[in-house]
Amino acid sequence: MSEAAEKLILPHIPDLHRIEVYEQHGGYSALRKALGMKPEEVVDEVKKSNLRGRGGACFPTGLKWTFMPKQTTKQKYLCANGDESEPGTFKDRQIFESNPHLFIEGSLIAAYAMGINITYVYVRGEYLKWIKILQGAIDEAYRKGYIGQHVFGTTFSTEMYIHRGAGAYICGEESALMNSIEGYRGYPRVRPPFPAQFGLWGSPTTINNIETLANVPIIIDRGWEWYSKIGAPKHPGPLLYGVSGHVNRPGVYELPTGVLLTDLIYEFAGGISGNKKIKAVIPGGSSTMWLRGEEIEGVRMDADSLKVAGSAIGTGGVMVMDEETDILRVLARITRFYHHESCGQCTPCREGCGWMENILNRFVAGEGTLADVDLLLDVANNIEGNTICALGDAAAWPVQSVIKKFRDEFERRAKRGPSPKKPVHPPHVGALQP
Amino acid sequence: MFSEENIKKIEDLKKRYPTTTALTLPVLWMAQDQFGWISAEVMKYVAELLAVPVGHVLGVVTFYTMFNRKPIGRYHMQVCTNVSCQLRGAEKVLDHVCDRLGVRVGETTKDRRFTVSEVECLGSCGTAPMMQLNDEYHENLSPESLDRLINDLSRG
Repeated sequence: MSEAAEKLILPHIPDLHRIEVYEQHGGYSALRKALGMKPEEVVDEVKKSNLRGRGGACFPTGLKWTFMPKQTTKQKYLCANGDESEPGTFKDRQIFESNPHLFIEGSLIAAYAMGINITYVYVRGEYLKWIKILQGAIDEAYRKGYIGQHVFGTTFSTEMYIHRGAGAYICGEESALMNSIEGYRGYPRVRPPFPAQFGLWGSPTTINNIETLANVPIIIDRGWEWYSKIGAPKHPGPLLYGVSGHVNRPGVYELPTGVLLTDLIYEFAGGISGNKKIKAVIPGGSSTMWLRGEEIEGVRMDADSLKVAGSAIGTGGVMVMDEETDILRVLARITRFYHHESCGQCTPCREGCGWMENILNRFVAGEGTLADVDLLLDVANNIEGNTICALGDAAAWPVQSVIKKFRDEFERRAKRGPSPKKPVHPPHVGALQP
Repeated sequence: MFSEENIKKIEDLKKRYPTTTALTLPVLWMAQDQFGWISAEVMKYVAELLAVPVGHVLGVVTFYTMFNRKPIGRYHMQVCTNVSCQLRGAEKVLDHVCDRLGVRVGETTKDRRFTVSEVECLGSCGTAPMMQLNDEYHENLSPESLDRLINDLSRG
């Protein structure tokens, strides 16, 4: 796995964000090709490619597109999800920066395939720099006639607007994202009804991740057969892996799905700083289950392999912790994140995340007890599966997995004796905002 | 209260959405850009402009962390301490910033030049530790680079 695979999403081409450069390298030819096909043929192509969503859930993209009603009098919408707030995830930002037109072209093909003429690109509020780059690219595409009325002289007309978020992790959840576009608090909605039936303003809506949409022109351009042979057969394609933490060369690496986790860490990200051993790896963003350092040998980075390994590919955000890491402190920080980001609709998540944070802070301060380990697990188990959206699960999974895999760590650090009465705060407790 | 330019922008935005409620976030962004923070008066103004209840605007402002509900310093230092940054020394970065400026997290210096906040993951994990300074990202921070930055900003 030493030779670099062809870079399809982030090729090393200078100034690729400029439309002329993008066109010189074949840009927008996939859109032209798609517009020469019937919409259902485009959907079929994506379906057969086995492209699966890159936002974390790995749902088959083509299948999702078929949920959109063909005959409807209602306006249909596409939402491109660029909220990118899962800790450890920084890939969409790379697409906006280096290859925004690939994403735009993919969105246009998706819109055509589903008969959609309005796309909202939801980008997290902090990404102002990348919003400006993307807006520049959208403006260029409008000027060239790729977006707007009668694209390539066909009957296909479509608009594309950026909607800027304002600091809320939950808005990356698809139904919360729709509420945020509608101008409300980012509260997830109860499903059913699903977005394809009742989405934005009650109209049929499809929500796709930025990276997912960036894969679409590649599939149309090279054909589903070629694409489906890249990487893991059941979860094919190029994937943007974000490697962070205690590695020598953190960054985004584009590689096929199914790459060995050890190759990703040692070969591409340059191994562990100071040649230390690995204590733990979070393979797919903060919501995914942890792996112990001894467990990563032979683990491949695709949806099915990671499922077998007891975790998930998530957003492909690999976080590496060396042997000296205070993992309970890390877990306490992750849990504090979910507590802060819980929208507050569901009691198990709103209250439970805070309780988990308090218990973990006791361990960080050396005040946790053996009984606290069981209490912590009990709280996590009662959040999981009992909430409207997956944020509750995402908060519970890391806690459950660390208790399962590092119970020795809890036990070693537990104080013998009764629990303290008052909550214990970590050194950095303070208002997250002024 | 809005500039002519912003009023025009709002009219353009109305064409993008089927309801004016959908303009809540974009218009609050304009308000924050123009006024620096979102006061009760600004919320009332935005509500009138969009013909939505003030309670709706208040609900939105209090939900999204990027809307400042009180005035902040000229330089808003927002230090990420989430996992990837934490693993690369973000807690020390935050301590260093607070020590240098003589404030605690969430506070503004007396000269109203700096506000320090602790924030959640900003999607910059490959260049940790990092912070957002007003609208810009400052990445791969070290005590030395922080000192240089704070010195520059203290003079400017």
